[in-house]
Amino acid sequence: MRPRAAVAVSVAAVVVAASGYGLWSFMRGPEPHAWSPEQRRTLRSLWIGSLPPLAPDASNAVGDDPRAVALGHRLYFDTGFSRTGEVSCATCHQPEKLFTDGLQLAKAIGTTKRHTPTVVGTAYSPWLFWDGRKDTQWSQSLAPMEDPVEHGGTRAQYAHLVARRYAEPYVALFGPLPDLSRVPASAGPNGTEEERAAWSAMSPEDRDAVNRIYANMGKAIAAYERRINPGPSRFDDYVAAVLDGDPARAASILSLDEALGLRLFIGDAQCINCHNGPLLTNHGFHNVGLPEPPGTAFDSGRINGVKQAAADEFNCESSYSDAPPGLCEELRFAKGQGFEILGAFKVPSLRNVAETAPYTHLGTTPTLRGVLEHYDSAPTPFMGHSDLVPLGLSENEFRQLESFLRALSGPLDAPPELLRPPG
Amino acid sequence: MCVVLAACSSAPSDREPARETYSGMYTITARPGLDPLVINRIHEWTLHVETPDGRPVENARIMVEGDMPEHQHGLPTKPEVTQNLGNGDYLVEGMKFNMPGAWELTFTVTADAGSDAATFELVLE
Repeated sequence: MRPRAAVAVSVAAVVVAASGYGLWSFMRGPEPHAWSPEQRRTLRSLWIGSLPPLAPDASNAVGDDPRAVALGHRLYFDTGFSRTGEVSCATCHQPEKLFTDGLQLAKAIGTTKRHTPTVVGTAYSPWLFWDGRKDTQWSQSLAPMEDPVEHGGTRAQYAHLVARRYAEPYVALFGPLPDLSRVPASAGPNGTEEERAAWSAMSPEDRDAVNRIYANMGKAIAAYERRINPGPSRFDDYVAAVLDGDPARAASILSLDEALGLRLFIGDAQCINCHNGPLLTNHGFHNVGLPEPPGTAFDSGRINGVKQAAADEFNCESSYSDAPPGLCEELRFAKGQGFEILGAFKVPSLRNVAETAPYTHLGTTPTLRGVLEHYDSAPTPFMGHSDLVPLGLSENEFRQLESFLRALSGPLDAPPELLRPPG
Repeated sequence: MCVVLAACSSAPSDREPARETYSGMYTITARPGLDPLVINRIHEWTLHVETPDGRPVENARIMVEGDMPEHQHGLPTKPEVTQNLGNGDYLVEGMKFNMPGAWELTFTVTADAGSDAATFELVLE
């Protein structure tokens, strides 16, 4: 019997190889490239072809103005916008690293307490930062500018620099520059004791004039960042083939492991619960029970971030926003309390995930396998509520999921000249 | 995006998104202002509240709660009734769902007859 069984297995293997996995369902289950109508709808929902054109940002009147893109491009790369003259947005959000830095924690003037998230596709996100403490892209870009461990400068310093170096494009976009002769060389509410005192000593009108320039800087930078979006990956080519009803073409795009990983992703592994939509994120906040690094205090995440967003002087409802009343729905109806948002952090997009290690808001997980192991084990969070349930993934399933995640890599959808410093 | 509202059946009466409240004080009709109803988009709903004999309830206070029982969490937003549209109609703003699967929406109505609630089930893909 034993020799005959061995022959039968080898014959089956030959037939499988020759028939494009035609015997797959007989041997292992459903054919990996065959998808039910319901699954095809799900695949379409994740497909980059389902990403709608970027809607105008009501809070940023120059968000789609090419002159603002050009100005923002220059501001993004200008290390003059820092205390040391050595830090720009591109220091941590590096175009060649898909607008991340490859580090566990960001390093600029000092070291931040969280990992650098990408800029790519963030124009689609209603909330910015890992804890969502900003509700507009333009105001997000301002916070690192004054953070002592990031750019570390002050808004008065930056207003003077704009007037000195960028007067012409600034005036063309935003109108005349105010008189800054009374404004100290460096002053701001987040600076040193002297800079804070200098800020407090300024007249409300002068503070407002500086704030206006500062906000407009953010709007130009956001206009630049709005042009940086993800492009199609092999996964998207695969979905296009599936939707075209062309399983042979589909099978030539994703391997068996990748297709089975996709099946897990939208099925038993439940990744799609949060990593949904064409950017593979629900833009929400969830506590996934990540271990706190030893010696650090519990990070309450979103529950604190949403309070900061509501109190932010540059939020969507502020006098520096261009949004008419009633259009800041995300902020207006933000959930401010609840166990769900305690210790919760933003769900990142998984596009180009294999290229943007390390992972999590703390950057503590260097490999995709490590992330998958965390989700598989579903630890109880120190505080708050985790949605995760233990998955019991097999070694094969780990490999398949990781293979699928690697199929989400693709080139950026961005003008090439915006991916390098302005000439 | 397939949405099953109130009940999953082909019978016409089951497709009407109306529910009698638990103690029978009111009938609530709930209609999403987004078609198709998709996840991750903030949107409005319209509620119509009437008494069992069909009279519109004009001055109700309505509380909105959402829940995903399988995941033990609520909505990602805090929707509110922002306008009394008259004739028993009310505008709910700030509704958002952020996961596919089964959701429950509970509307608690407080008006002359007292407080009573109805729960609607939805399945979002």
